[in-house]
Amino acid sequence: MAEVLVYVDHVDGAVRKPTLELLTLARRIGEPVAVALGSGAENTAAALAEHGAVKVLTADAPEFADYLVVPKVDALQAAYDAVSPAAVLVPSSAEGKEIAARLAVRIGSGIITDAVDLEAGDEGPVATQSAFAASFTTKSRVSKGTPVITVKPNSAPVEAAPAAGAVEALSVSFSENATGTKVVSRTPRESTGRPELTEAAIVVSGGRGVNGAENFAIIEGLADSLGAAVGASRAAVDAGWYPHTNQVGQTGKSVSPQLYIASGISGAIQHRAGMQTSKTIVAINKDAEAPIFDLVDYGVVGDLFEVVPQLTEEVKSRKG
Amino acid sequence: MSLRIVVCVKYVPDATGDRHFADDLTVDRDDVDGLLSELDEYAVEQALQIADEADDAEVTVLTVGPEDAKDALRKALSMGADKAVHVEDDDLHGTDVMGTSLVLAKAIEKTGYDLVIAGMASTDGTMGVLPAILAERLGVPQVTLLSEVSVEDGTVKGRRDGDTASEQLEASLPAVVSVTDQSGEARYPSFKGIMAAKKKPVESLDLDDLEIDAEEVGLEGAWTKVDSAAERPARTAGTIVKDEGEGGKQLAEFLAGQKFI
Repeated sequence: MAEVLVYVDHVDGAVRKPTLELLTLARRIGEPVAVALGSGAENTAAALAEHGAVKVLTADAPEFADYLVVPKVDALQAAYDAVSPAAVLVPSSAEGKEIAARLAVRIGSGIITDAVDLEAGDEGPVATQSAFAASFTTKSRVSKGTPVITVKPNSAPVEAAPAAGAVEALSVSFSENATGTKVVSRTPRESTGRPELTEAAIVVSGGRGVNGAENFAIIEGLADSLGAAVGASRAAVDAGWYPHTNQVGQTGKSVSPQLYIASGISGAIQHRAGMQTSKTIVAINKDAEAPIFDLVDYGVVGDLFEVVPQLTEEVKSRKG
Repeated sequence: MSLRIVVCVKYVPDATGDRHFADDLTVDRDDVDGLLSELDEYAVEQALQIADEADDAEVTVLTVGPEDAKDALRKALSMGADKAVHVEDDDLHGTDVMGTSLVLAKAIEKTGYDLVIAGMASTDGTMGVLPAILAERLGVPQVTLLSEVSVEDGTVKGRRDGDTASEQLEASLPAVVSVTDQSGEARYPSFKGIMAAKKKPVESLDLDDLEIDAEEVGLEGAWTKVDSAAERPARTAGTIVKDEGEGGKQLAEFLAGQKFI
């Protein structure tokens, strides 16, 4: 069976959920061979084996942390050369997409980014993508070289599929350009204790109607009662009420959770682009004409300062 | 010596319009108004600011696109760029990111550059990988997704805000930079700028000028193929209630019914 390279996104050995989802998709095409780089790479093996990786290629070197993107491209290319895979799958993070794109141009292969589904096809893997603010769904494939495909979080279930997961050291020689862009310093984001926005099963977002940074506590309160991530519309972010890293929309994150709760968000195209593939959509808005209500499974026309706290209390009491 | 800045911009269908695909599954450009991609305005803005800080600098805006794409160049010129290069060729129709990056790289090399600046992604294709591919093709450092950028003494510095960390980056010129929508509000063209733009030079290049074989670009030369595009079915109309004091509880009831609570 053909091997499929899966690039592993991990934090000091802790594998992030989108990588486990990639393993589910990789198994539809062939045998997953994982590539884990950097500090703690070897510690990823157990989780990767549990979810279907037959092999885990690992490499660590200071270059991975000290320089931007290119050292990781060099390593992924080394893995590609060693394995000659049928496809290369990479999580659709900002960095993941850049690594995948540079690998693709190096190996003379086409690239598909931000796939939301992947299936085997007669002429290679077929990727499903959302286009034009998710108003269209396309099916595409790579027609030249080895398919390089990046896949968005929440595109497949995480499935247990125990495999050998044999760890092998990957030998990497860095290219001349590997040290071109130096990472002079790195400031880790403070953890909020909430799930990662793009990976969360439930997202609670606030918009213009929240009317002030201090009022986001109401949104956070609801999010915490549901174990959800917090999002914000561009209007709320531009007003300085919530960090840009939490922005949902065309120029922020695009999310596809099981449940999306929009509070005080009108639903402009810019926002819809980032959330309309959510499975269930709920909105609270005082304007009955707001376009967000065209998308909802359940909507409440009302004052979010009344409705959201009441909902939060009700969730808490039902959860006991 | 003059700092040569090339800004890559894209002419895209208006995101607020009714965008759709043409019969050959390329982006339909006929039925929707086109404009300079909003995200590229940030690239033009940062180029102009860097040029202002430098003793001597020249800002060239570059696009690959059909005849109408001149509108995007004109907008950038009216914001303050010095000159423009338009790569236009019938054989470019349907070109994917690999072909586009090849054309841009050749045009950038022909123009001459110290710094290439692009937006974080286009508002139509939204891939966000072109700057990285350009850096790979040009063989120069990639300093991308910056929310803050400056150039001093032949070095570009910037801040890249990622999901897990914020990084300070540094590279020697020449380099490829991309900037996010957090890099600073783009200026509006002044009346004077709009008038001046009409007199600024726009150089037209075709594939022959860039010594690119037509087979390397276009729909046929693309390394990916779109097999189908379907409009997402409209979401079925949901239940909408007016809050009469129990809205939060009603919503909780719905969420419980859907097993979210």
